[in-house]
Amino acid sequence: MSVLAAIRPDDWNFALLLHVLGAMLLVGGLTCAVTAFWLGWRRDSAAFSRLGFWSLVAVAFPSWWLMRIAGQWVGSEEGFSGGDDDPAWLAIGYATSEAGGLLILISIVLTGIGLRRMRGAGALGPSVLVRIGTVLVTIVLAAYVVAVWAMTAKPD
Amino acid sequence: MSLYDWLLSLHVLTAFALVAALAVFWIIGVVARNVDRPVESLRYFRVARPANVLMIVGTLGTLVFGIWLAIERDEYQVWDGWILAALVLWAISAETGRRGGIPYVEARKLAERLAAEGRGNEPSSELAAKLQDRGGMILNGLSSLAILLILVDMIYKPGA
Repeated sequence: MSVLAAIRPDDWNFALLLHVLGAMLLVGGLTCAVTAFWLGWRRDSAAFSRLGFWSLVAVAFPSWWLMRIAGQWVGSEEGFSGGDDDPAWLAIGYATSEAGGLLILISIVLTGIGLRRMRGAGALGPSVLVRIGTVLVTIVLAAYVVAVWAMTAKPD
Repeated sequence: MSLYDWLLSLHVLTAFALVAALAVFWIIGVVARNVDRPVESLRYFRVARPANVLMIVGTLGTLVFGIWLAIERDEYQVWDGWILAALVLWAISAETGRRGGIPYVEARKLAERLAAEGRGNEPSSELAAKLQDRGGMILNGLSSLAILLILVDMIYKPGA
């Protein structure tokens, strides 16, 4: 399969470039969010949570769309249907991108509400909702690292 | 999985680490641009710390695994035009990134000194100037552009 990938036609390159670029920026946005959220777990929660929240909203979420749409473009060019006959590495890619996108969206909502409550209460301490979002985003980042490995190494 | 598969996945994973670090630096560079209080800037520098590790791993990993891949695969040679172009762009990115990071290193040291003197919450125009350093921003932009061109080069492989 990796040989097939190596000899792909040139006219798929632009879609692949957008897919990889989107995935890289997605991992970057998630890395910033995860770092900020964990640093704010015990203290300075409002400032770190705000940085994490905006990393998700302004970088990770738009990059997810770029990665996902361009990925679908590459998949359709290569003739993959998203069905049972697709290779395992592609199934891993689909599963992690779909579930990850949903978890990112849930994390944005949770951390957004958490931030709003912290601001309203003038609280300096951590918010339970932000902490739930922190765990979810960490899981998504770990899953995406596995997905990058699967999409590259293409195990059978 | 063959050695080639492992090398390719490690090459791509380290490339992801490199771009992820760049993304973190850009996010922090943008949000810290209007910061003038040492305590606040030190908060952002703490977020950048793991990105520094990712940057080192990504910069060295892409080079080492990339060259190893070219040696391992018969159809590619290290002296192929597109690989040489990637190596030149890698060197440009590393050097412009190093120089572009100097104002931020100076800003961090200044913020740490001011905080140690008990002036962590006082606005500092010197700190703000370092965080808004135009030259540093341009050099970091060039470094990121070089990385983007490497990505284009790796996918299109012109002349391969």
